Amino acid sequence: MLSTYQYPKYEYVQPPEQKSGTSQRYPVVVVGAGPVGLAGAIELAQSGVPVVVLDDDDTVSVGSRGVCYAKRALEVLDRIGVGDACCDKGVSWNVGRTFFRDEEVYNFNLLPQPDHKRPGMINLQQYYLEEFEIKRAQELPNLDLRFKNKVVSVATHDRGATLQVETPDGIYTLETDWLIVADGARSGIRKMMNLEIEGKIFMDRFLIADVVMKADFPAERWFWFDPPFHPGQSVLLHRQADNVWRIDFQLGWQADPEEEKKPERVMPRIKAMLGDDREFELEWVSVYTFQCRRMQSFRHGRTLFVGDVAHQVSPFGARGANSGIQDTDNLCWKLKLVMEGKAPESLLDSYSEERVFAADENIMNSTRSTDFITPKSKTSLTFRNAVLTLARDHAFARALVNSGRLSVPSFLTESRLNTPDTASFKGDMVPGAPLDDAPIKAAGRDAWLLDRVGNRFMALLYVSDPAALDAATARALKALGDAPIPIEAVLVSPAAGSAPEGLPVFEDYTGRFAERYDAQPGTVYLVRPDQHVAGRWRAFETARVKAALARATCNAQ
Amino acid sequence: MPLNVKANFFEPGKRYFRAFSPGDDFYEALIETHRDLSDEQSAMVNAKLVLLLANHIGDISILREAMKLAREGV
Ligand SMILES: Cc1cc2nc3c(=O)[nH]c(=O)nc-3n(C[C@H](O)[C@H](O)[C@H](O)COP(=O)(O)OP(=O)(O)OC[C@H]3O[C@@H](n4cnc5c(N)ncnc54)[C@H](O)[C@@H]3O)c2cc1C
Repeated sequence: MLSTYQYPKYEYVQPPEQKSGTSQRYPVVVVGAGPVGLAGAIELAQSGVPVVVLDDDDTVSVGSRGVCYAKRALEVLDRIGVGDACCDKGVSWNVGRTFFRDEEVYNFNLLPQPDHKRPGMINLQQYYLEEFEIKRAQELPNLDLRFKNKVVSVATHDRGATLQVETPDGIYTLETDWLIVADGARSGIRKMMNLEIEGKIFMDRFLIADVVMKADFPAERWFWFDPPFHPGQSVLLHRQADNVWRIDFQLGWQADPEEEKKPERVMPRIKAMLGDDREFELEWVSVYTFQCRRMQSFRHGRTLFVGDVAHQVSPFGARGANSGIQDTDNLCWKLKLVMEGKAPESLLDSYSEERVFAADENIMNSTRSTDFITPKSKTSLTFRNAVLTLARDHAFARALVNSGRLSVPSFLTESRLNTPDTASFKGDMVPGAPLDDAPIKAAGRDAWLLDRVGNRFMALLYVSDPAALDAATARALKALGDAPIPIEAVLVSPAAGSAPEGLPVFEDYTGRFAERYDAQPGTVYLVRPDQHVAGRWRAFETARVKAALARATCNAQ
Repeated sequence: MPLNVKANFFEPGKRYFRAFSPGDDFYEALIETHRDLSDEQSAMVNAKLVLLLANHIGDISILREAMKLAREGV
């Protein structure tokens, strides 16, 4: 029982199979209603694919887990209808302070870049995120979310999978064409399928405490290296919603997790850190070890792995749920095209390739942070302390201080879905890049680019005056929509005005789009449903755009 | 030219999308250079590294400045 949060208890409903005694076949089943499985199920259901979600529990994530949700995840959450709920409840922070021993060595201000809808990150307890997702899931008539449905066996075959599911009413069987496995780090399904997950464990333990603070304390991120109140180790303090603060104490490998969890051990640690006079209450305490590892492939035939089951990272840099939510965003549109027979199954291999690439980047970054925070040899410790000492006075050393890098999306530059550039462009919006946001006006109203693209292929053509677009080009753009895989064409322009053929216009009234996309009149971007760049050119030509679409869907000959 | 103490790491031909990447690339390579060495071996590697880099920089006025900064507060 937490003093600030009441865990919801969701109703178990006897599944139709158990009511009727007959087995059923479904197009897609998701195992696991964590933040990742739910995000995938919502995205599929929203796009018209009926989904069944099975979860062994009947509440949200219990205890201290995810805290920081980064900009990219928020943008995906926006598209599945829970971004506002998360941002309204979450805490924004900008100032981070880094201390070495008893001194502040430097502080930074993450002042959000101007003209993006979402900040770099927000802090929010994981149970809120899941609660908002469940609420959204339950609004969707084609999403069948089944609590207290535990998958106890799985048999995969070339038509999908057969699952045995245990409920309070016994065991039933269910068939599915496609199986999305999102059952978390301790996955039973992965084991049932005899699949390996490889990587390394960090030989260290962390005490993770959630504390309700009575007194005021600034909404800042404080990170201590080797502080006097916890010598030789690191400590992190972060603010979450409801005046709950997350505190991480590095304990070292020798620590006894059971002993360390006891309030009589925890309270003095926190008192020493806060100073004696501050009032606080313990909400939750756990001791974790962390690992960085991933599966070889995230696709096994018609079974697809997403989130923690596929990859795990240490939490420095908050890449767990953030990257899992990007897994499903990458997967869902591909799966839908394959299910509709509009793309070959090999498109799903690109899901694995792209998200393995992203997982490797996440693992690399969180390993680097972990190695900096918890040096493993005397020499590494000396270097680490030298960096911290120099950081007080020198910018170069501040850039080397690594107490966790902000979780950012991968630039999928190596993807086979990209059409390489044939012209030169400035800036970062290369093929494979996640789109940068920009403020726009659509139909005269203020809007954000990232709220208006995604969920379908789009062609963005930059023009100086929408009304002046020639009729032939307008017809060709419009015609992109009449195809098995339609492309919605939109004009982006610094000028307002209406375009021929009723083409929508995004008014780039601040010039940010032109700046961020290095757009000149004639520049075209082909954008994937997950808001990554598929290809770009300096002039529009139907054939090139169609060839790039074919490539981005594995339909190229 | 004075000693450069601004962030200055890069690798020719490599494109960075994140400001923290070049510094982190360097730091990882540095720590990796010491992997599995004893403290004594590491000290020797560090000494050789300083000498190699010092020769590469060449300009002794810059090296004097760096040596002075490095010694401060130790
Ligand atoms: C201390 C800590 C701090 C963290 N901080 C962050 C952070 O700041 N930002 C961030 O992005 N991430 C963070 N993470 C990571 C984040 O918690 C995970 O990455 C995230 O929960 C993974 O989501 P998931 O949906 O893949 O798996 P899970 O959340 O583990 O969900 C799996 C679900 O599957 C269900 N399930 C399991 N087996 C079965 C079965 N056989 N049948 C039916 N259902 C089943 C489970 O009940 C559960 O609901 C942190 C983790 C920890 C421990």
